[in-house]
Amino acid sequence: MSDQGPLTVPEGPRGRLLVVGGGIAGLSAAIEAAEAGFGVALVEREAYLGGRVAQMHQYFPKLCPPLCGLEINLRRLRSEGGPVSRDPRRVSAPWGASGSLAYLTLTEVQEITRVSGGRHRVRLRQRPRFVTARCTACGACTSVCPVERPHPFDLGLRSSKAIALPHAAAFPTLYAIDRDACEPSCTRCVSACPQQAIDLGMPERELELEVAAVIWATGWEPYGAKALTDLGFGAHPDVITNLMLERLAAPQGPTGGRITCPSDGRVPERVAFVQCAGSRDVDHLEYCSGVCCLASAKQARYLRAAHPGVDVSIYYIDRRAAGNQERFLATTAEDERLQFVPGKVARVDVSGRFPVLEFENVATGRLEAATADLVVLATGMVPSQSDTPAFRELGRDAWGFLTGLEARTNEPSAGQFVAGCARQPMDVSSSVRDATSAVARALAWGRTGRNAFDRRGAP
Amino acid sequence: MSGIAVLLCEGCELGSALDMGALTRLASGQQGVGTVKSVPCLCSEAGADVLRECASDEPSAMVLGACAARFMPLTTKDCRCRIERVALRELAVWSHEARHDETQALAGDYLRMGLIRALKSAAPEPDVREVERTVLVVGGGAAGIAAALAAAGAGYRVVVVEQGAELGGWLRETKRLPPSRAPYRDLEPSPLDSLVNELVSLPLVTVHAGATVARITGEPGRFEVELRTPGGTTALRAGGIVQATGFTPYDANRLPHLGYGDSPDVVTTFELERMLAAGPVCRPSNGQPARRIAFVQCAGSRDPAHLPYCSTVCCRTTLKQALWAREIDPDCEAYVVAKDLRSPGVHEAFYRRAQEDPLVFFTKGEVRRVKVGKSGSLSVEITGGLLGDDVELPADLVVLAVGMVPRASNNDALRELSDARAALAKGGPGQAAAEETIRRLEVLADTGTLGLGYRQGPDLPLDRYGFPDSHFICFPYETRRTGIYTAGAVRAPNDLEACCIDGQGAALKAIQAIEHAAEGLAMHPRWGDVAPPTFNLQRCTQCKRCTEECPFGTLDEDERCTPKLNSTRCRRCGICLGACPERIISFPDYSIDIVSTLVKSVPIPDEFEESPRILVFACENDAYPALEMAGLHRHTYSAYVRVIPVRCLGSVNVIWIADAMAMGYDGVLLLGCKPGDDTQCHFMRGSDLMATRSENVKQKLTQLALEDERVRIEYVAITDFSTLGGRIDAFVERIQEIGLNPFKDV
Repeated sequence: MSDQGPLTVPEGPRGRLLVVGGGIAGLSAAIEAAEAGFGVALVEREAYLGGRVAQMHQYFPKLCPPLCGLEINLRRLRSEGGPVSRDPRRVSAPWGASGSLAYLTLTEVQEITRVSGGRHRVRLRQRPRFVTARCTACGACTSVCPVERPHPFDLGLRSSKAIALPHAAAFPTLYAIDRDACEPSCTRCVSACPQQAIDLGMPERELELEVAAVIWATGWEPYGAKALTDLGFGAHPDVITNLMLERLAAPQGPTGGRITCPSDGRVPERVAFVQCAGSRDVDHLEYCSGVCCLASAKQARYLRAAHPGVDVSIYYIDRRAAGNQERFLATTAEDERLQFVPGKVARVDVSGRFPVLEFENVATGRLEAATADLVVLATGMVPSQSDTPAFRELGRDAWGFLTGLEARTNEPSAGQFVAGCARQPMDVSSSVRDATSAVARALAWGRTGRNAFDRRGAP
Repeated sequence: MSGIAVLLCEGCELGSALDMGALTRLASGQQGVGTVKSVPCLCSEAGADVLRECASDEPSAMVLGACAARFMPLTTKDCRCRIERVALRELAVWSHEARHDETQALAGDYLRMGLIRALKSAAPEPDVREVERTVLVVGGGAAGIAAALAAAGAGYRVVVVEQGAELGGWLRETKRLPPSRAPYRDLEPSPLDSLVNELVSLPLVTVHAGATVARITGEPGRFEVELRTPGGTTALRAGGIVQATGFTPYDANRLPHLGYGDSPDVVTTFELERMLAAGPVCRPSNGQPARRIAFVQCAGSRDPAHLPYCSTVCCRTTLKQALWAREIDPDCEAYVVAKDLRSPGVHEAFYRRAQEDPLVFFTKGEVRRVKVGKSGSLSVEITGGLLGDDVELPADLVVLAVGMVPRASNNDALRELSDARAALAKGGPGQAAAEETIRRLEVLADTGTLGLGYRQGPDLPLDRYGFPDSHFICFPYETRRTGIYTAGAVRAPNDLEACCIDGQGAALKAIQAIEHAAEGLAMHPRWGDVAPPTFNLQRCTQCKRCTEECPFGTLDEDERCTPKLNSTRCRRCGICLGACPERIISFPDYSIDIVSTLVKSVPIPDEFEESPRILVFACENDAYPALEMAGLHRHTYSAYVRVIPVRCLGSVNVIWIADAMAMGYDGVLLLGCKPGDDTQCHFMRGSDLMATRSENVKQKLTQLALEDERVRIEYVAITDFSTLGGRIDAFVERIQEIGLNPFKDV
């Protein structure tokens, strides 16, 4: 388990597995695989594990913090017993993440070559963090750093120093430097660090590894709201995306969890959610992201709880909530100051002081307008892409989701699997199940050297 | 063995904020301590050398007074002894005033606690026994087949039990499916035959068709299974179990307002499936072609009077059937009436495909009723639709898209029934009540699915919708019976692909359960814990609290109601330890004695020093990590508190609270996860149990003429670390207002 230093991944009782992506799908796949006897290398492009769920304030329908489930998974990854004790028997057990799971942040898979016996040789490239594992997260560097830059984790809603912890609960707990933001030839952090943990000359490094199977769990990015010019994003500061609202609501977010209008910091009185902002739309994303309806319901709930005086309207085409999520949607609708309005928003007029939504009300058949203090665009998920040769070789559908990885045994990508939102838009629970099932297929591949069955079980 | 080795880190301001000499002297004076060293920086290369050197002396345990393990791994596999981390940095130095007597006292108390844990924790002895590397799959539909293929693919023996004469379940009832592959537009053939052929070809797989499970006893790794088979009974052993018992369609007879039963031309989607497979769709009443087919979505679904949930797949089934009917008869028209058309994710493309068909019409609205005319004509009354007007839609055939009901048994009712039967057989008081219970529940007598011979009933506990309960967001396969995992439509309404994914995932979990059982390691969420509890049965009063309160049905009872441990069912939460009034339950590294000793190890300043002491029990899952994070971010709070991590609020035995009050602590704060319907307790019931127990504690305090406010429960999420200090301070202030504990001198 090391982020720096040599990459040692033992050959587990089931062989060795590479998992690409450290979000909830990849993290789940890696840990489930380690606990099923694989030696696992988990690589993550960002500087921390946890992916998108680490950015979320709450999960629907329980309105609970994602870091809670993440904590259990990270504890599994660290193979601790409890928070204070470690017993030697656990550490030496062959079934478990201890000693058999190595993770690398800031790392991408460059190339995968099929070698004999159905195995894969993998070339990894790790970008420099410029901070070594000696970092104790004391913060001395941040206090001397002269550069403020938009904080990527908080989607630019606040600034942070060029050297910072990627986010308040980041794992690994190591600072990282945004070198592109640094002042030329500034070395203040280097002198301030009591641990000599800063290495501005840290090189990029390449690592090689041979594995039996690969699971791609490269996740998603929010659809670029800037393309939604009709909806006013970028033209009015109080038109924000659903992910931005998650950060505004998070206790460690830019406003300390106080949800306010970015324009002037006032508490909004009228909040409008625009569902399918760029989704189910042939000009943007043809598909539905499957989670935005419930995400907006969740956000409406925590908004109403935080600001009892706020009125919320959710403009929708279809309210989509699968299985037991239906009850969450139904109880959300019981709130008298929370309206579901059937109708797709055609335009948000941002010429005035307040954004004005223009929509066709399906219930009345009329074109109507509504003014809001804060407009939340429920934007969908776009599968993350990469321009590495390894990624370029993967089959994908018209929208960029990875497909065709359940290939027949003889094809080059056999032995590579896909899980989570890299495959389809899906919620957290589905991602965890998808990841676990991908490990089952990798296990069979590792043992038999053939794809005994695909995702639908078909041989 | 050279006693306990203590290493104190001086880095991260520890050396300057604390009197390290005093800490060294404190440690050296404790029982069992061998060497004590301070190190300028334990996480440096030089520190690692000291650690290695220390470990090579083979100490009985190591105590590292440094930072929290979550932020800085210090030890490696070379350190083969028990290691106690004392997070002086987060819990003392970074969250309290430097060079202050109270901070020094706090650090000293935490160090002493670490030494006590190291001294008192026995080396855990894992329960390593033979396991059966066989996965039992109950149910031979799509999810069950997928589970069996996955388990066999991983090299495990598989036994599939299918109640029907053939494998396939509901998949056997359908010939064509909605798309599962990009571009998600075209109907697909059923994969059933290839699935079944593959399955039966595998030498590792045994299929029992026409069979059901009669009884399962034992525990993960060692389940004893008895099957009812057409030839009689079969006994076998299994290590892990996948329950994939599927669903039944919602009974359309309960929907008289939708015309079902009134007209043969009102059918369900399941009935239409057979009609479509047979060829052109005709009206059952007169055999004439059905030219106008009306699909009624959510027939009994999303309806609190029927099924409160959404069955997820009905909308896509309808799209498929509409396109299929249109393909067979290009002149027929399909009308789909839906409140919301649900084709989530990539399946939007399939909806679009149907929208492109000029003779498939979509109407938004709710169906009030289906009217059957005297001549047998049908019309669908739609309300709340476009323009708010009511609409009547005449149709030749009305198709009710009915939902899915999980085929899971009502564990609570079955348990009540068997308890009543036992009471009746035993005689004594309560005969009439038992007879009444039997009369009420007898109808369920043969509805069991797994036949678990568990104290807490024969099946998996269900959630409020009738699905086997689990942490459905973060850990969707977990049930409340270790080693038994649900998959497919019994877990949640699922389409075919999700069922197969589920089956494969559940098989993986069953495999993990087997291999962890083989090593004596616990499963979720204390993965890899080696130490099951022990019971000092001489002092057991057979009160049954442990067997009742265990969230996972770990404990059975003998005929005298003495608890009987099934160690691989145990998740190590310690709720039994918290429940036991006789205090006879211990883990080698977590016991009444260890925690009581920690509680008593803190010197209580006398009443004249005006320095209160507040004991905090913090759940290790959220609250304790939140405290460590609060420290990392230098959020400060009162130095009067002493925090002891516990495995779960439910593992807190009230004797610890009583000890604390008797010792002269001024208040006790319990920090744990949110209870209730949306509980965040990782052990499901811990916070709810503690809430009940603390009421008893408050009554006792009142009896002792102590203010009941001296004991408080706060529910803490892991993300509360920025505000947690303030909440602690508020409690300390309240205690100071109440005044110090008058029992300090006693």
